[in-house]
Amino acid sequence: MLGILGFEFFRNAVIAGLIASIVCGIIGSYVVVKRLVSMSGGLAHASFGGVGIGYFLGIDPFLGAAGFTLGIAFLIAAIREKFGQYMETLIGAVWAAGMAVGILFIAMTPGYAPELFGFLFGNILLIPVRDLWLMGLLALVILVIVLAGFSQLMAVTFDEEYARVMNLPVTALLLILILLIALTVVVLIRVVGIILVIALLTIPPAIAREYSGSLKSIMVLSVILASLFTIGGLFFSYVLNVPSGATIILLATGGFGLMFFERWITRRRGQPSR
Amino acid sequence: MNGPVIELDKVSCILGGRLVLDEVDLKVRERDLYAVIGPNGGGKTTLLRVILGLLPVSSGTVKVFGKDPRQGRSRVGYVPQYRTFDFHYPVTVEEMVLSGRLGHLPGPFRRFSPDDHEATRNALERTGILHLSRRPVCDLSGGEQQRAIIARALVGDPALLILDEPMVYVDIPTEVQLFDMLEGLLGSMTILLVTHDIGAISTHVTRVACLNGKIFTHDTGEISEEMLTAAYHCPVDLIAHGIPHRVFRDHGRVK
Repeated sequence: MLGILGFEFFRNAVIAGLIASIVCGIIGSYVVVKRLVSMSGGLAHASFGGVGIGYFLGIDPFLGAAGFTLGIAFLIAAIREKFGQYMETLIGAVWAAGMAVGILFIAMTPGYAPELFGFLFGNILLIPVRDLWLMGLLALVILVIVLAGFSQLMAVTFDEEYARVMNLPVTALLLILILLIALTVVVLIRVVGIILVIALLTIPPAIAREYSGSLKSIMVLSVILASLFTIGGLFFSYVLNVPSGATIILLATGGFGLMFFERWITRRRGQPSR
Repeated sequence: MNGPVIELDKVSCILGGRLVLDEVDLKVRERDLYAVIGPNGGGKTTLLRVILGLLPVSSGTVKVFGKDPRQGRSRVGYVPQYRTFDFHYPVTVEEMVLSGRLGHLPGPFRRFSPDDHEATRNALERTGILHLSRRPVCDLSGGEQQRAIIARALVGDPALLILDEPMVYVDIPTEVQLFDMLEGLLGSMTILLVTHDIGAISTHVTRVACLNGKIFTHDTGEISEEMLTAAYHCPVDLIAHGIPHRVFRDHGRVK
């Protein structure tokens, strides 16, 4: 079975899966602890608007999605700052409007959009080497920013108000965090697709959180879990000849279910929950 | 620094169409242990948010250390209300307290130095939770969590400590210990606390005000019947029930 590693397309898929795991483990941890799940879902789905615009303008839809999602991130950050109390509903609107933009632009583009399905559900086996470099670059940017701002990002996600009292640049830090989520979403689209991004972003940290008490250890554990899910899902999908994105997500969901089962057993035995 | 630490002049604050603070005057002087009491919804938290520069006032002026609150707050340690806290956040006690140093570090990267870790150790020691430093905050008891919040406020060596309902959700022995701790801090800083629980006022309180939209002050550490009646709009003995008599005149210290 390991013979398939001899194929370049499969090696590329493994590399893409690992890059995606690193960023989704780290940024997903912020998403889970700061409860930004619906915002991240909105960003992921709205990115479809960028795919449509990319097709329409004849540029790479992946780049279109990257640019458009970053723009949406600015919009969401502004909404959060000014209309925080309407956040949930406005996210819902942005979520759907982004997809609607994508559908309109694709309809206006002459001809058939062949890779559309890949954007929606991922196509890790068909990632060109050029995109691999792009993903790697994005991941590097994300890593450097998180390392440089780790303690401040933690302070602002833990207690926004206290961060303000300490005169930390809270607005800028939150904008950076939302932009990081947008970049992560763009990286993950290649692997599992727009519709499935949210699961890969949130399930590994949600599991990790049950077994560790600090943000750093949650991040490390999430990266490991995400790698297991993506690489494992990749192998299963190859062996069973089924779509890889969906397999990765189902493996992750299965892991999530296993965690709940384990917690339930532990609690029934009356052991402390950590 | 001889001017007042906090000075509010005719401060009004309208929130959602409701007048929450109505021409509030307040003067907190250096080394005061100032207690603001009042019913729930009386504007206590709003008052603190205004002092911390988190909320703009509708009219009037606020000065903290003689400056705009957004500048003055750099010398303030803030203990937010316990139940507004996200204790499920994965953070250890030490990390949480250390984060209270960030405001003093130069940006943009704000790297911690050995001094910051030393200050963290001191703050944990002062609040009596040094032995818990590696534990996640979610594993702590309510009283221990409250101490961790106070330690985070102390770690930045504040000249003013502001506490929002510090004695809610802690049991009586912990309450006594927390007050002893605050009293120990009085020599080195000014303290302002708000509470809806009149019982939660220590003998060391130097000034008391009652807040219920309007503020009623007596300029001493005593609560007068008139203040209570004015602030609570109901017969005083109803409220006075259960108040340790030590806050009233002719008190001896009850321990």
